[in-house]
Amino acid sequence: MSNDFQTWVNVAAYIGGGAAMGLGAIGAAIGEGYTAAYANSAISRSPNLSGEIFKSMLVGQAVAESASIFALVIAMVLLFTEFSSQSFLMIFVPLSAGLSIGFGAIGSGVGSGFPAGAACMGISRQPAMSAKLTTNMLIGSAVCQTPAIFALVTSFILLFTDFSSSPVSPTWAAILGAGLASGLGAIGSGLGGGLVAGASCDGIARQPKSATTVTNVMLLGQAVTQTTAIYGLLISFILMFKTFAPTDSIAAAMALLGAGLSIGIGAIGPGIGEGFTAQSAVSSIAKNQKATAEITRVMLVGQAVSESTGIYALVISLVLIFVI
Amino acid sequence: MAIDGADIIKAAAFLGAGLSMGLGAIGPGVGEGMAAAKACEAIGKNPKEAGLLTRTMLVGQAVSESTGIYSLVIALLLLFVV
Repeated sequence: MSNDFQTWVNVAAYIGGGAAMGLGAIGAAIGEGYTAAYANSAISRSPNLSGEIFKSMLVGQAVAESASIFALVIAMVLLFTEFSSQSFLMIFVPLSAGLSIGFGAIGSGVGSGFPAGAACMGISRQPAMSAKLTTNMLIGSAVCQTPAIFALVTSFILLFTDFSSSPVSPTWAAILGAGLASGLGAIGSGLGGGLVAGASCDGIARQPKSATTVTNVMLLGQAVTQTTAIYGLLISFILMFKTFAPTDSIAAAMALLGAGLSIGIGAIGPGIGEGFTAQSAVSSIAKNQKATAEITRVMLVGQAVSESTGIYALVISLVLIFVI
Repeated sequence: MAIDGADIIKAAAFLGAGLSMGLGAIGPGVGEGMAAAKACEAIGKNPKEAGLLTRTMLVGQAVSESTGIYSLVIALLLLFVV
């Protein structure tokens, strides 16, 4: 029977590895393509700056690439690790780890492409601001990468935690739920953070004087977009580290899987919506710095309303874990 | 492991609650974000009307929120009533 387990553990590891790299490649490719597209139109506008624009494109693409490199690392670990087959649970661990980083890399990869494309366009418009634009792009895209890093952390914790003494049911569902919560939860925040960073690079290029204000508001707006990814990470941690009483009930297991799906999928919308809000706020502040206070206030109020559905999803997840 | 019908029905209700709230939260989040985005732009162009614009934004968002609240209600019904 232990041979049978080993077979299924390997099956799960290979499927998980494939899912990690397949899903994980989507976002970075789109983001880098977006960057290259804007680099081309920037060079056609000012061919004499092609060296500077080319450099900025490569730096921006390298940051976007990092999300898919996280997925590659997890895929490699899944393919070449000898997983123990002590427990039936080891079938779910590699699957969940692969799905977590696979989904988690999508948003960050696409999102990091926006600031890089806007920075390329900005350099062709305001060559004198190229140093400031590159700095702002790097700060903005670094924030975009954080949700992918949350998913990576969850994948690693899943792979290196010893679940062999946990009861098979309902822990199998907690393991799958943990991966999905962090992975799906990272999509919206990565994408939303990228929209904000793109608008800030654009704003700095159009109104160089507004650079400091724009960077500050960008960071504030991005911080709010990241909150739903943090809820996803929180639910993942609870699902991974809470000890569940052994049960034969399939309902208890589905409650934990449902908790992961609720906050994972529920985090997507607020992350993107808050990104739209901060994107417009940043570009309006660049155009009209005098209205910074009003715009920032409305941005935060609007984001708070957008956040509410994310909080409902968090509440439903917590109820599914602790009350049911 | 004895699985009876009532257990499977409960399992489906719990999974359904998670899906209801999760999927249902996508739309209002995106839509409310768009509303707030346009409010920010409008205040940037015409800061004097900030009060009026904020009120319109909040009313619009409240309407957009309603589908999220429907999802929440269905999720709670699936968890505690059905």
